[in-house]
Amino acid sequence: MIKGQVEIRVTGYGGQGVVLSGYIIGRAVTIYDDKNATMTQSFGPEARGSACSISMIISPDPIYYPYVTSPNILIVMSPEGYTKHYPGVTDDAIIIVEEDIVHPGKIKDTQTLYTCPATRIAEELGRRLVLNVVMLGFFTAATELISEEAMRKSIEASVPEGTQKLNLTAFNNGYAYFQESKEKAEEKARTQA
Amino acid sequence: MSSKSTTKTPQAERVTTTEDIHPMTGFLRMDRMPHIWCPTCGIGTTVKCFAAALDKENYDLDKVAVVSGIGCTGRVAGYMKLDSFHTTHGRAIPFATGLHLANPELKVVVFSGDGDLIAIGGNHFIHAARRNIDITVICINNFIYGMTGGQCAPTTPLTANTSTTPYGNYEHPFNLPHLATSCGAVYVARWSALHIRRLTKSLQEALRKKGFSFVEVITPCSTLYARRNKLGTGLDLMNYYHDMCEIDHDVHPEDVDINFQENITLGKFVDIEKPTFLDCLEDGYKEKLGDKYLSVRSSHTRELVGHD
Amino acid sequence: MKADPKGVLTGAHYIDGDHACAEGAIAAGCRFFAGYPITPSTEAAERIASRFPFVGGTFIQMEDELASMAAILGASWGGRKSMTVTSGPGFSLMMENIGLGVMMEVPCVIANVQRGGPSTGLPTMVGQQDMMQARWGSHGDYAIIALAPQSPQESFDLTITAFNFSEKYRVPVLFMLDECIGHMTEKVVIPPAEEIEIEPRRLTDKPPGDYLPYETGKDLIPDMADAGMGYRFHTTGLTHDERGYPDMSVECQGKLVRRLMDKINNRVDDITIIRKEKIDGAEVILLSYGISARVSTLSIEKARKKGVKVGRVRLITIWPFPEKEIAKLADKIKAFIVPEINMGQISREVERVVAGKCDVISVPHAGGGVHDPEVILEAIMEAVK
Repeated sequence: MIKGQVEIRVTGYGGQGVVLSGYIIGRAVTIYDDKNATMTQSFGPEARGSACSISMIISPDPIYYPYVTSPNILIVMSPEGYTKHYPGVTDDAIIIVEEDIVHPGKIKDTQTLYTCPATRIAEELGRRLVLNVVMLGFFTAATELISEEAMRKSIEASVPEGTQKLNLTAFNNGYAYFQESKEKAEEKARTQA
Repeated sequence: MSSKSTTKTPQAERVTTTEDIHPMTGFLRMDRMPHIWCPTCGIGTTVKCFAAALDKENYDLDKVAVVSGIGCTGRVAGYMKLDSFHTTHGRAIPFATGLHLANPELKVVVFSGDGDLIAIGGNHFIHAARRNIDITVICINNFIYGMTGGQCAPTTPLTANTSTTPYGNYEHPFNLPHLATSCGAVYVARWSALHIRRLTKSLQEALRKKGFSFVEVITPCSTLYARRNKLGTGLDLMNYYHDMCEIDHDVHPEDVDINFQENITLGKFVDIEKPTFLDCLEDGYKEKLGDKYLSVRSSHTRELVGHD
Repeated sequence: MKADPKGVLTGAHYIDGDHACAEGAIAAGCRFFAGYPITPSTEAAERIASRFPFVGGTFIQMEDELASMAAILGASWGGRKSMTVTSGPGFSLMMENIGLGVMMEVPCVIANVQRGGPSTGLPTMVGQQDMMQARWGSHGDYAIIALAPQSPQESFDLTITAFNFSEKYRVPVLFMLDECIGHMTEKVVIPPAEEIEIEPRRLTDKPPGDYLPYETGKDLIPDMADAGMGYRFHTTGLTHDERGYPDMSVECQGKLVRRLMDKINNRVDDITIIRKEKIDGAEVILLSYGISARVSTLSIEKARKKGVKVGRVRLITIWPFPEKEIAKLADKIKAFIVPEINMGQISREVERVVAGKCDVISVPHAGGGVHDPEVILEAIMEAVK
């Protein structure tokens, strides 16, 4: 569990649901987890480009300075987003990438990289569009920053009417994917030992 | 007028007329007389026709509002005994738009000059016509800026002398009926200060019309326009209207340009039906939102500002 | 009176400052909006456009900001609480009819989500450079009310205050957000309607024959009649008497201009909203507003950790300027430190008010970002050296 103030950035193509992801996280934190979350976004032509992003500070205390300076968590859904935003992250950052879209280079040893086939998982549900919510499920499981319950409630409150079930399934599958891969990794580590 | 006169008493007055009371007293702020307009100016004549039109149409004068901009004609708002707004230069139409939309029960009339409505206010004019805002616009066109002392207007005919075109105007003027028609006005007419019966009737029609109605009134400015152009007195200008105005309702508005001291075509050029801005707004909301739509006309405005 | 529950989205929301401003307006009873799209204020207009059909409001996108401002004045006379939102370039265009609103004494609210200027400047980036334009932007002498929020929550709360002030004092109220607050998304709690206090319009109770539109009592504020109520009143942007009739005399001008200023300036205490913290015994005071006040909290905390006795004054009401409050503090401190995202607009106002009794240290920022809290900290440390 991460403590204290955390900075998150979500980046991807315009139209991938980057901004909605921000709203879902922010709503989960502030309304259902009773912490503070201040979100800022990219505006203008950039918001419609290939490295669209939202930035968010999450803290149990009041947030005075609203802008993210160096994210502790980076969620990436486009190669351009990675190129643009990876250099700014902290040395102990957690980086979560959509593995079929983003191919990260070498990262620092102190940083953690997770990869998630969110597009494939979304396609299995018949709606490629929900890849952002799959990423959120994965992120929730991987970081344990926000409670699962808060995220579910927030998704229900944030997504368009009639798509709640689909989005919750997407979230669950992303969440489960992280846990399965973690178990597999642990299993592998055990057998290797 | 004699107290025994059989002339119909204006409904606004509702008292016996006496010899020294003007028949339009009920429509005017008599405590503001005398007005500032020059002798032979056509604005007063047009005001009289407007009052007569309101009278004949039996409007509840508590529900009629006049909005003016700046200039000689801008002063109309100050003399009409109605809810009357003397606003900023060029902004009478957007002000009137807000007034009308806030309280659609009101009959909102914009009464202003050609410079105010068409030069500085031109953008508002074309957009109000395009939206078909349900207001009546009466435009006094005297071909010149009067209040500021005789400068060139967007309606000044080519070659006419003004204080800012001392060697003759070299700008093409606007043809106002054509402009209004092109922008979507549902009622477009042009009369002169000489044609008072036709003007009155036309104003009645314009007031009755649902949507953006536009009446241009060609009026004499003897002090500046006639003097600078050596056209004689106000009476001479009236004679000019008498001799050179042709009434033609069937002409296409694009053919009613006015050239210096040449023929002027008068008439009702457009009279069509088209849903107004509010009609479109309401129909659109009703169709998309059904019962969830709360009509902009439903709640009385008094409740909205917190007064029972 | 209490807010109309129809317009109040009671509950916790995660929305930005622009949306919060729109919700504040609807909660306050705003039922007419005219505006023109301009970054970074457009989201407020969009929110109003989507919400108005459910509350009986009329939304119109006008052809420009001149028209938008004129339309809200007309609508206010038509009996509806009215507003527009804009940013710098649009604010400039609105100045003409803000002056008419002041002169005709029309209740309405203008929200300016400030961006970097001059001219087109930085459309998507923060500024606080219109603070003096808010005070003096329209020609002539007048007094006006301007408020500045520091969070989306305050954007909601203070929009209601802005409407209340505009009705109470019959003056356009300028709501001075900035791009950072406008585009910042945070939790905003909207209380139940019965907890929201609404200032009703000061409608006259006189019969039409006795009513003079600009007659005033002790408070110098005339009672209003809306169009269509049967008063058949006249109002004008010209200098006018109690009847609303033009009177171009030195006497009338003197009386009118003084009244327009005094009706606000005599009530500064009522209009002033100010947040003071650790003022007693302070060596220096950091005075700021809006996003700059918020950001400087960090600098203040750090300075206090270093043992500096730094007090804090946050202005929510910017205009009328709380002169007395600030002058009173000047006697007891070494300096005011004034960070703001402009080249020292409010700082000069503080200088004027303290009249040499203490130092005034401007911490300017040309716009496009907020201050680095370290820069403000340095200014504090420098001030106490």
